[in-house]
Amino acid sequence: MVSRVKQLVVYALSPLLLLSFVGQMAHAEDAHKSGWSLLNMPRGVTSVSNDIYDLHMIVVWICVWISVVVYGVMFYSMFAHRKSKGAKAANFHESTTVELLWTIVPVLILIWVAFPSTKSLIELYDTSEADLDIKITGYQWKWQYEYLGEGVEFMSELTTSEPAIYNQEPKTEFYLSEVNEPLVLPVGKKVRFLITAKDVIHSWWVPDLGVKRDAVPGFINETWARIDEPGIYRGFCAELCGKGHAFMPIVVNALPEAEYDAWLAEKKLAAAAEREMAKKTFTLEQLMAKGEEAYNRSCASCHMANGEGIPGAFPALKGSAIALGPVDKHLDVVINGTSGTAMQAFGGQLSEVDLAAIITYERNAWGNDVGDMVQPLDVLKFKQGQ
Amino acid sequence: MPINATQKITIKLVVAAIGMFVFAVFLMPPLYDVFCEITGIGGKTKGQYEGTVAAVDAEREVKIQFVTTNNGAMPWEFSPVEYQVRVHPGEKTAVEFYARNPTSRDMVAQAIPNVTPDNAAEFFHKTECFCFNKQPLKAGEETKMGLVFIVDPELPASVTTITLSYTLFDVTEATEAEAATTN
Amino acid sequence: MAHGPAKGIGRWLFATNHKDIGTMYLWFSFAMFLLGGSFAMIIRAELFAPGMQLVRPEFFNQMTTMHGLVMVFGAIMPSFVGLANWMIPLQIGAPDMALPRMNNLSFWILPFGFALLASTLFMEGGAPNFGWTFYAPLSTTYAPDTVNFFIFGVHIIGASSIMGSINIIATVLNLRAPGMTMMKLPLFVWTWLITAFLLVAVMPVLAGVVTMMLMDINFGTSFFDAAGGGDPVLFQHIFWFFGHPEVYIIILPAFGVVSAIIPTFSRKPLFGYSSMVYATSAIAFLSFIVWAHHMFTTGMPIAGELYFMYATMLIAVPTGVKVFNWITTMFKGSLSFETPMLFAIAFVILFTFGGFTGLMLAVAPADIQYHDSYFVVGHFHYVMVAGAVFSMTAGIYYWLPKWTGRMYDETMGKVQFWIAFIGFNIAFIPQHFLGLAGMPRRYADYALQFSDWNMVSSIGAFMYGAAQLMFLYNVIHTIVAGKPTSEEKTWEGAEGLEWTLPTPAPFHTFSTPPEVK
Repeated sequence: MVSRVKQLVVYALSPLLLLSFVGQMAHAEDAHKSGWSLLNMPRGVTSVSNDIYDLHMIVVWICVWISVVVYGVMFYSMFAHRKSKGAKAANFHESTTVELLWTIVPVLILIWVAFPSTKSLIELYDTSEADLDIKITGYQWKWQYEYLGEGVEFMSELTTSEPAIYNQEPKTEFYLSEVNEPLVLPVGKKVRFLITAKDVIHSWWVPDLGVKRDAVPGFINETWARIDEPGIYRGFCAELCGKGHAFMPIVVNALPEAEYDAWLAEKKLAAAAEREMAKKTFTLEQLMAKGEEAYNRSCASCHMANGEGIPGAFPALKGSAIALGPVDKHLDVVINGTSGTAMQAFGGQLSEVDLAAIITYERNAWGNDVGDMVQPLDVLKFKQGQ
Repeated sequence: MPINATQKITIKLVVAAIGMFVFAVFLMPPLYDVFCEITGIGGKTKGQYEGTVAAVDAEREVKIQFVTTNNGAMPWEFSPVEYQVRVHPGEKTAVEFYARNPTSRDMVAQAIPNVTPDNAAEFFHKTECFCFNKQPLKAGEETKMGLVFIVDPELPASVTTITLSYTLFDVTEATEAEAATTN
Repeated sequence: MAHGPAKGIGRWLFATNHKDIGTMYLWFSFAMFLLGGSFAMIIRAELFAPGMQLVRPEFFNQMTTMHGLVMVFGAIMPSFVGLANWMIPLQIGAPDMALPRMNNLSFWILPFGFALLASTLFMEGGAPNFGWTFYAPLSTTYAPDTVNFFIFGVHIIGASSIMGSINIIATVLNLRAPGMTMMKLPLFVWTWLITAFLLVAVMPVLAGVVTMMLMDINFGTSFFDAAGGGDPVLFQHIFWFFGHPEVYIIILPAFGVVSAIIPTFSRKPLFGYSSMVYATSAIAFLSFIVWAHHMFTTGMPIAGELYFMYATMLIAVPTGVKVFNWITTMFKGSLSFETPMLFAIAFVILFTFGGFTGLMLAVAPADIQYHDSYFVVGHFHYVMVAGAVFSMTAGIYYWLPKWTGRMYDETMGKVQFWIAFIGFNIAFIPQHFLGLAGMPRRYADYALQFSDWNMVSSIGAFMYGAAQLMFLYNVIHTIVAGKPTSEEKTWEGAEGLEWTLPTPAPFHTFSTPPEVK
């Protein structure tokens, strides 16, 4: 008896709960809240993301209203047609009319949904007349961005530290959503993204832009976005790509056009400045400090912050023959990678300064204490085949 | 021995199961390839183009972009000399790609092309391409590799930019293995 | 055939009796369910808070992969095969399955296959870590060495499924009692017949795709490797050509169970029997032509995206028809709410909810935001757990008295139901919010804004896990100490040949065919 009342209460309340949830969702449009108020997809800052949001809400409301009717009939029945209340079973068990009705009506509803869906998809696929082209390459486990025709390209890697991940240090506000170099884009311009991958399939997803496209090795995909508002928009890799899948976020910094132009100009100068830096001579302290930072960002995901790697998967650098051995061999492995393994060729990814610092760090950290240093010029000479 | 109903149906179903396996392994990949080839979907371009094309469409200009990616641990420097050219459909255009093997060992590479948008792939004809063959480079060697292409005037009017992507794969080991078995 | 079962372990090793084999499938699948569930507990414990507390990301990926593989191939599918083995001969008036010895083989290769798969956890390189959908090249060029054991295991498990399906088709087509025409078959038999055809068609495709993987990994072919002219996306097409029918393979028998239970506790015949048969067939047919809705972000041309969107939306129609028919069966019935009925009703409510999120996913432009996020994880747990697993649980409570001659404790059953129902919803509703807010799936760790709902989801999961231990207790308690019953018709409203048999059902039944009017 008590359980019947409980059932009735829960069943009667459920549609109300459902409606209130959906109601809240519709108001929780800006998902840049966190915690409990995170209920719905963000509207985002592009026409595509807004189209998608509107379509999403249309389908949600259709589902809500259908549930109210369908569950309503069911809950009514569970209340009114209980044997314990003396209900006697009727005997009907088929009706062609009713079957036709509830086949045709859903088809009509679906056709009705198909129209805006088709329109949105066509819009989403139209990459024509872009103002700029960005090549995005997914790596295990970071992104590379290249501004076609501008001579600007860089790696964008997670800066959250290993101690923070392993709960030895406090987590920053943008834990797992922060990178060393965000993708900077102009507001109001149509940006075409050319997406591919270097190793396994990744996927480039920024919810606020309404963009998600798989990065398939050996193939090139294209998609686009026109960002309507300046701001920082964060996204994630959305295709399982190995152990670093959760650790290769995307950060887009959308700047008003003038600021973007200024940034781009500065970036081009910075490329030149970096080449100048490569001619400098650094002290061991400077190389070690820079090296630790660069190593933790670019190498520690496999070789670990303590240099001990992962047995069976990624070799230890602490006490390794390469880190303790001839510099040339060490330079070769870091710059040219090791064929057939996960050790990429970092020569094309990092600056000479970073490479020199990392190699110096690897040779002297964790008790390796080789005592020598590698200068950026050494790296440059090695790359040039001297 | 007469065959009963259960045995009959078992045989039919076993044959069906084997048939579906054969379909999956031996028919699905070729069907997929043919479908992709005919439609250009997936951006795969065909092999060496040996046909002739109608006259040059001087009224129309198409932007052709080139992007390159090194696969896996491939250490070569590999980039297009020009990242973009503007061409008229029907016109033969030649571009070059720079490649350098910075390591201390001889290597062999294979470039795999891919085109976007999908509906452009079947209209992008390569008459000469370094991607038709494996590319060997000795240690420290550098080279310029050529691509000669024609954009078919039948290219849909909606396409104004075609991007050709090359992914460079290290096939040194596979090439050595092949050489070993044929010797 | 007048003697009883053999004695000792030989009874089980050499079993050819459909009841014994059914029992073995059910116990095996329950053990796998607990194993897969323990992987889930590790996953949810790790995801309870941001940061890596318990496991490393590489092990986490092994857990998500093995959880999926074990649950889909080790728990759900064999459990319904077990139910099929027990119930199909009883429901059609047959003495046993058509191929009893192949039936034995079908079962016994399963523990072997899963032992192989589970043993990879202890091998160097670790268990498969590329997701239960094992996309290339993560699962080929970049796979751990244990991938070959994975492939071998999948072949064995697939062979078991195919043999089981052949058995079911032969049994249903050839061994029905005289008078048991096709359109008199209980819906559970219909849904299994259709499912068995689906299995024969697509399990070999799975075998094909893992064989192609094997060749790419070990024999230098390039089906899925761009270097040799292949295409990783081809893998996805072939996999999902299997994968989509697979999810209907999982749910159709569950539809059948619910179609038996609801009429019983409504004391009213199933509404729209022929419609239900046609709808099931329509679903089965449509399941073959919608596969690429799992691939909306791979860069398919727009014509392909549009087609797959429309076709996928269409599947909502026959599925909706079934839901309407169940509700209409209840309507103006004389309802009682014993444990099987609670689970069956929960199935209708929650599976329908999962169907709604499925409809949302079908809308290709919106799927750009949902794909590979926790929204998808929420969706498929609603249809597979609140769908298939709840249906299986309902079926077990429903038929347990007939199998064992003992009644389960109704209060314990209801308590277990509520813990499962509440725990399940607490675990999986938040995952929809997480996905909509931007959290991808298969993530070992997450940004801070996702913390609260992840914690709630984990709490719900632990509660749901506890409910499964209680279910185990309920089942064992029933078998050893349940109130004995010899009522042929355990449930007042039950119809069907199985309810004409003695309780518990004798080792051999229908050695003489029954009369079917």
